[in-house]
Amino acid sequence: MTVETKGGAAATAAAQRLRLLRRPQRPAHLAVVVVFAAFALFALPPLMSLYYTGYMTLVAIYSIVTLGLGLLVGRTGLYSLGQGAVLQIGAWTGARLLFATSQPFPVVVIEAGLVTMGIGTVIGLPALRLRGLYLALITLMLAGAVTVALATVNFPNGGGGFTGYNGTSVHIPPIRRPSIAGTDPAYYRYAVVVALLMFALVYAHLRTRPGRAWAAIRQSEPAALAAGINTTFYKLWAWSLASFITGVAGAMLAGQARYLYSINFSTQDSIILLAVALMGGVYNLWGAVIGALLMQLLPAILQNLGVSYAWLTILFGLGVLQVLTTAPAGIADQFPKDARRLGGLLTRLARARRPGPPRPPAAPPGTPPQAPSRGEAT
Amino acid sequence: MIQVENLTVRYGGVTSLDGLSLVFEKGTCGLIGPNGAGKTTFFNVLSGFVRPASGSVRAFGEDLLALPHFRRARWGVRRTFQTEQAIEELSVYDNVAMMSSPLRGAARRADVLGAIEFAGVGAPPLARVGTLSAGQRRLVELARAVAGRPRLILLDEPAAGLPDEETAHLAAVIKAIPEYTGALTILVDHDMSLVSAVCETTAVLDFGRLIASGPTAAVLRDSRVMRAYLGTAEVL
Repeated sequence: MTVETKGGAAATAAAQRLRLLRRPQRPAHLAVVVVFAAFALFALPPLMSLYYTGYMTLVAIYSIVTLGLGLLVGRTGLYSLGQGAVLQIGAWTGARLLFATSQPFPVVVIEAGLVTMGIGTVIGLPALRLRGLYLALITLMLAGAVTVALATVNFPNGGGGFTGYNGTSVHIPPIRRPSIAGTDPAYYRYAVVVALLMFALVYAHLRTRPGRAWAAIRQSEPAALAAGINTTFYKLWAWSLASFITGVAGAMLAGQARYLYSINFSTQDSIILLAVALMGGVYNLWGAVIGALLMQLLPAILQNLGVSYAWLTILFGLGVLQVLTTAPAGIADQFPKDARRLGGLLTRLARARRPGPPRPPAAPPGTPPQAPSRGEAT
Repeated sequence: MIQVENLTVRYGGVTSLDGLSLVFEKGTCGLIGPNGAGKTTFFNVLSGFVRPASGSVRAFGEDLLALPHFRRARWGVRRTFQTEQAIEELSVYDNVAMMSSPLRGAARRADVLGAIEFAGVGAPPLARVGTLSAGQRRLVELARAVAGRPRLILLDEPAAGLPDEETAHLAAVIKAIPEYTGALTILVDHDMSLVSAVCETTAVLDFGRLIASGPTAAVLRDSRVMRAYLGTAEVL
């Protein structure tokens, strides 16, 4: 072919250029992640009371759940209202395996993820033929069904048989934790590391072929099909990956709670999960962390202050309304913008206040010293 | 070469393609016709979005209709859309790299970058497509169409909504496609100056039937084409 000889040399040079470009990619971004991870792992534990350590462990665990939900909603446009149920399946499987076997904790966590992935995929196969509202409805019904089923079966608490329920809820053994993370602060660190690994797993997907496929599917399914992307396969892949990491989070939750009761899980959790994921921001991985903070840390703070939990439901309702109307990309996207805008405003205010060389067309005394915003200027 | 025989597509009671038979040999071929003539339906059949009621399509010896739609891209079918479909949140590079390709590793990266340079997108490969102009996005789509060893490229009104100078650049790029890729390119457009500048041969559809085909200049002078396309016959 003439093609190769013609464009070959130039294309190779271009490929080398790109490889050079690719290595540092976003060094500032990476630095922020490293600082954040180091802060969460080393600086935070000594500062926190046992109360907040427990809740921050939940934040780390739930950030994996909101990460999975963000993957579904933000990357592929699949609205799931059943992630709470998927989490319950993971928790049940993790607890059952931890009681039944003496396998190392990380192995059980991965197994729970895989079992949940299997169940999630089987459910996903028919569900993915639906989209939008119908998929949301089906998954919500699933969440209800799983909650009811697990309320009947009960969570394992050291009994025998398939269910592992010993018929009583007193004098039961706790679910075991990894030997290196027996204490609450150590388990918190363990959970943060697991969360970081899950974020890395999802990030690796987003940076490569599946990420491209998901982005294409979300914006234009015809374009994805025309590019030879098997859309059903990639949707199912997103669904399976979200199920896997949510299952991992479930097993981590079992180790955190130590005693699991079906009364602690409700169908409503699934709806709250979607709400906080949307508020945090589904197009950005930071959104998952913010969503988890909203879901787990905010109630803890309010409880500490003696504020009723009911206020939170109202707050989340308002938050979702705000996301739908003004900030579709959530807090993760809105906060930096607002911070920048606020910074700009403060600098302008400071400049206006400073008694430096007076600017000739001084504003009349009545008007606020506020320059037109960036949008109006253009 | 692509050989279409007796192709019929019906949407309910509407017959969009009515026993269409035509042959495109090589190079860049035009496909024109008034709105509703069946041009986009024809593309949809080739790219697998629409299943025809009857007929056959053989492209370079392959029975195209037997392939599921996502396999056709792997085989070498490329298409662009009337409304540009570049993926906004991805970079130029990723937009082109999403195209199915038989190449792997460094060869694939080189192919993707070569396609971007060939189309003359005029933006760095890592620029986000959401930040590009409409014309540049069209070129990103074009780069995607020439990446990954295509065999049959379908361009559906690539110049729609572009200013004249960008259309001129687009025409030069489209004209160079057969030489760059060796693929048979079919161009649908209402811009007759673009079609006559780029296509050696042209086929004309009207109400799902072929009414003329041959060298572009001769086809555009054909009285049946004038009548169908411009409605001049009744006036004269």
